Amino acid sequence: MTAVWQVSLRKKYRHGASRFELDVDFSSPARRVVLFGPSGTGKTQTLRMIAGITAPDAGLVRVAGRTLFDSDGGVSLPPSERRLGFVFQDYALFPHLTVRQNVAFALQHGWRNPARRAAEPRVLQWLERLHLQPVAEHYPHQVSGGQRQRTALARALVGEPAALLLDEPFAALDRSLRQRLREELLELQSTLALPLLLITHDDDDVRLLGEQVIHLDAGRVVAGDAEGGLRRPAQAGEPVAI
Amino acid sequence: MSEAWVALALSLKVAGWATALNLVLGVAVGFTLARRRFPGRDLLDAALTLPMVMPPTVLGYYLLVLIGSQGPLGAWLLQHFGIRLIFTWQAAVIAATVVAFPLVFKSARAAFENVDPEFEDAARTLGIGEWGIFFRVTLPLAWRGILAGLLLAFARALGEFGATLMVAGSIASKTQTLSIAVYEAVQAGQDDTANFLVAVTSITCIAVLLSAGRLAPGRVPARA
Repeated sequence: MTAVWQVSLRKKYRHGASRFELDVDFSSPARRVVLFGPSGTGKTQTLRMIAGITAPDAGLVRVAGRTLFDSDGGVSLPPSERRLGFVFQDYALFPHLTVRQNVAFALQHGWRNPARRAAEPRVLQWLERLHLQPVAEHYPHQVSGGQRQRTALARALVGEPAALLLDEPFAALDRSLRQRLREELLELQSTLALPLLLITHDDDDVRLLGEQVIHLDAGRVVAGDAEGGLRRPAQAGEPVAI
Repeated sequence: MSEAWVALALSLKVAGWATALNLVLGVAVGFTLARRRFPGRDLLDAALTLPMVMPPTVLGYYLLVLIGSQGPLGAWLLQHFGIRLIFTWQAAVIAATVVAFPLVFKSARAAFENVDPEFEDAARTLGIGEWGIFFRVTLPLAWRGILAGLLLAFARALGEFGATLMVAGSIASKTQTLSIAVYEAVQAGQDDTANFLVAVTSITCIAVLLSAGRLAPGRVPARA
């Protein structure tokens, strides 16, 4: 089985006297991969480099058979050409656009934002699928946390990305809401058969969503099952009991 | 009194052009200073702020040296295009633009720095190019701050006196703006004209401020 995710990234950070070296290597045939580790271990930076928002010093990024970055081969696609959906930790919904316009954002090219009445079938379909029609004309600050998360998800998925990256997508939500949205995400992912990479420091995310779990600590992938008292990472292709 | 209306029309034309030019220049410079890191950035910011702190007559002198028919730019324009800038209303526009420029680029820079770069990153991951991001995300989110700077610039350009007088002179119905006409009327002892001009100026300024309050919408929050 070929790797869906093939990631190898190196970057040195210097902040005054403090230094941080990120050296992350992993490869996985699993469709759902969870990057797990405490905060400040470089998870978000890794995700940003996969998306192309931050440039690594060196490395290789291949997702679902496409080479997005390869410092040896001189390949470095800009983020706008990587076709990766990205859900930011605080969602980064455009505050000046309605939920509908946010969802339609990726479909409208050029210099103008989608119309307030944007009625493309794909936009309507995603608004419906994620139960967003009642708030379609609202601005992001007027809707609930769960609706914001769904808007971010719809916005990322409407352009039919090749894979989905999620940065702690449930961290900003109530506990009760988290479990429901996790299940929704899982259902969505399996319906779309979409490769998904999620970063978290929440055990529950790992349990439900991690087909393969990659532990990160201090900018490195740490092997071994004893780390953090979690179950060992699932082997390649091994199904995980939910 | 018709001269007063001519002076008012000229002032509005000059201030309008200066504001329009500053919209383009100030936004471009403000954005560059806010988003790009390059050596000498602070020095450039300081140099571009100079028109705000220098006496307008000094500024006018510099402009005279630059765009006068002996000056490097003035001589070039004259030689290649037969254009004489000095003592034209266009020279008044240049003076007003330079004087008001720091108000726009400073506001624009602050407004752009207030836009969370994560919104731009989000737009990038959604497949939008850099120009699209600027016009669809960055500019709309920074717009209120820029607008505030533009209104200040318009007001400043409307009141511009020193530099304008140096490069455009005071030719009635050609380069005599409202603020210069007031000075001339007082010098000539024409109190009635002066009173009228001052009243017109005050009303114009109040009208600008009132429309400013209407123009700035209170809808868009800074963050989601």
